Amino acid sequence: MKILVPIKRVPDWQIKLKLLPDGSGVQTDGIKWIINTFDEIAVEEAIRLKERGIASEIVLVSIGPADVRQRLEYALAMGADSAILVKHDGPVDSDLASRALAAVFKRGDYALVLMGKQAIDSDSGQTAQLLAARLNLPQACFASKVAIDGGAAVVTREVDGGLETLKIPLPCVVSTDLRLNEPRYAALPNLMKAKKKPFEETSLEALGVAQEVKVRVKALSIPLGRKAGKKVASVAELVSALQNEAKVL
Amino acid sequence: MGKVLVFVQHDQGRVLKGSLCALSAARQLATAWGSEGIVALVLGPGAKTAADEVSHFGVQSVLYSDSPLFERYRSEPYGRAIALAASQLGASTVVALANSTGKDCLPRVSVLLDAAQASDITAVNGDGTLKRPMYAGNIMADVELQSANRVVSVRGTAFPPAERGSAPPGSVGELPLAGDAELHEQPRFGEVLGYELSKAERPELADAEIVVSGGRALASAENFQKVIFPLADALKAAVGASRAAVDSGYAPNDWQVGQTGKVVAPNLYIAVGISGAIQHLAGMKDSKVIVAINKDPDAPIFEVADYGLVADLFQVAPELTTAVAGIRS
Ligand SMILES: Cc1cc2nc3c(=O)[nH]c(=O)nc-3n(C[C@H](O)[C@H](O)[C@H](O)COP(=O)(O)OP(=O)(O)OC[C@H]3O[C@@H](n4cnc5c(N)ncnc54)[C@H](O)[C@@H]3O)c2cc1C
Repeated sequence: MKILVPIKRVPDWQIKLKLLPDGSGVQTDGIKWIINTFDEIAVEEAIRLKERGIASEIVLVSIGPADVRQRLEYALAMGADSAILVKHDGPVDSDLASRALAAVFKRGDYALVLMGKQAIDSDSGQTAQLLAARLNLPQACFASKVAIDGGAAVVTREVDGGLETLKIPLPCVVSTDLRLNEPRYAALPNLMKAKKKPFEETSLEALGVAQEVKVRVKALSIPLGRKAGKKVASVAELVSALQNEAKVL
Repeated sequence: MGKVLVFVQHDQGRVLKGSLCALSAARQLATAWGSEGIVALVLGPGAKTAADEVSHFGVQSVLYSDSPLFERYRSEPYGRAIALAASQLGASTVVALANSTGKDCLPRVSVLLDAAQASDITAVNGDGTLKRPMYAGNIMADVELQSANRVVSVRGTAFPPAERGSAPPGSVGELPLAGDAELHEQPRFGEVLGYELSKAERPELADAEIVVSGGRALASAENFQKVIFPLADALKAAVGASRAAVDSGYAPNDWQVGQTGKVVAPNLYIAVGISGAIQHLAGMKDSKVIVAINKDPDAPIFEVADYGLVADLFQVAPELTTAVAGIRS
């Protein structure tokens, strides 16, 4: 069973982001990039499926500029087998990403797509579902447990109200939630070896995918933060403030 | 512009408050985009009851289906039915609440309608662009959807619930499923094997007036129950949790507040033993009044709290419970 794991490169969530002076984007010069947290969880899950003898091969794919290669190499060092970089410098929205991923999916013989439920930069949470719909495949989103049972995936989903267990036939698309696993760190020797793993560069053009984006970001802004209020010294003072000042009790 | 279709969610016929918020967002979109009015769709057991209710909220017509296909939510039949209803009702925009169901099925609708989608919008701007949070709410984006058909998911807490109107109700009719040849039970739709739902003993987290949330500092599920529950019950509040508390098994997954959990905006949010990581703040910083209890005076939660109490939670939370119980009785 071959697994496709799409990954997105995002700014490290621990850094404080600044806007470009004209508000058209986020300042990304020299910042630290990471693999989107949810995608890293997808890579880990694919590796575990391989370690259990269920998956035979893990192929990574990402869309972005040339230096996304470093992130792909990190995921290769975690244990994926090969990587595809769809080189593209322009804006990518969920729709474009899903069209590119669908084209890549169709070139291989994949039984499963494992990917993050959302990217922590754009927070749109659409790409996995868009991809599934485009390929007319079933989906199981927000997974906190994934099992393969013959020709089907049995997925525990984190939904409002609790957990749902969904059984869908392969091939399918599964999107990962935070509690699925804790990703391993890639060991240093593996980082060196990863550079020798198969790495393909391609382009939207070569995949026959149009570059247009449908969601245009017109302006970005930093929301006005809340101001720190005051410290109270005791429960009695707190209760009195909530009753008399804030009037919420 | 065609009409705006609202996919209205309900629980056995009882319309979700968040869907009423989506309805008011739909009204704003209809105004900003010059749409030809609002229509609605309701699916699943109890759909007719919910459809009758929705017809009083200023919609032209409501379609419903309680076909066995929709008995348990599954992304594909729901997505297909929503797209089908949009084409039957002449809607070019589809709107729904960005809860787990809306997040799951709306992108499938986007593909079927070849639409651009904006997720989790918090405002409709006068120029027709939509405001939505990115980077865990650290940055707000104004986005334009550049396509004839459009799909929008709505952050419930950012819009007031629509109110029942006095105008005559809109028409209510059944959604004819024949329009989509693929909309019959298909193996690929899959099967829901079961649910593990947390017991709903308290107000719904997303709608509650008061939320009490506990963090890693509670240190065990027993402590969480012993310290957080009584305080919540004294306040008639919903219970929330940080990711650390959920990951450690102190609280069920659907209580998680934050970037990847639920977004809440109650009148009063009490964070107990929560440090205030940006991902947690993303889910609660629009609360009207925030109280933080933390023993570390430098915890970032105090930067957003209206009232901060630097203390050991195991001492002051029970004191607060007693004090509140005294007021409320
Ligand atoms: C992609 C991503 C998504 C995430 N999504 C979410 C999300 O949706 N929601 C979320 O909450 N987190 C989320 N997180 C995790 C987040 O970064 C934090 O790790 C988490 O919120 C920390 O939880 P906490 O505040 O309970 O624990 P900690 O950060 O460990 O804080 C515990 C606090 O308790 C205080 N304390 C300890 N003992 C006591 C005591 N006896 N009395 C009083 N105070 C005490 C400490 O001073 C400390 O401030 C996400 C992280 C990532 C990377």
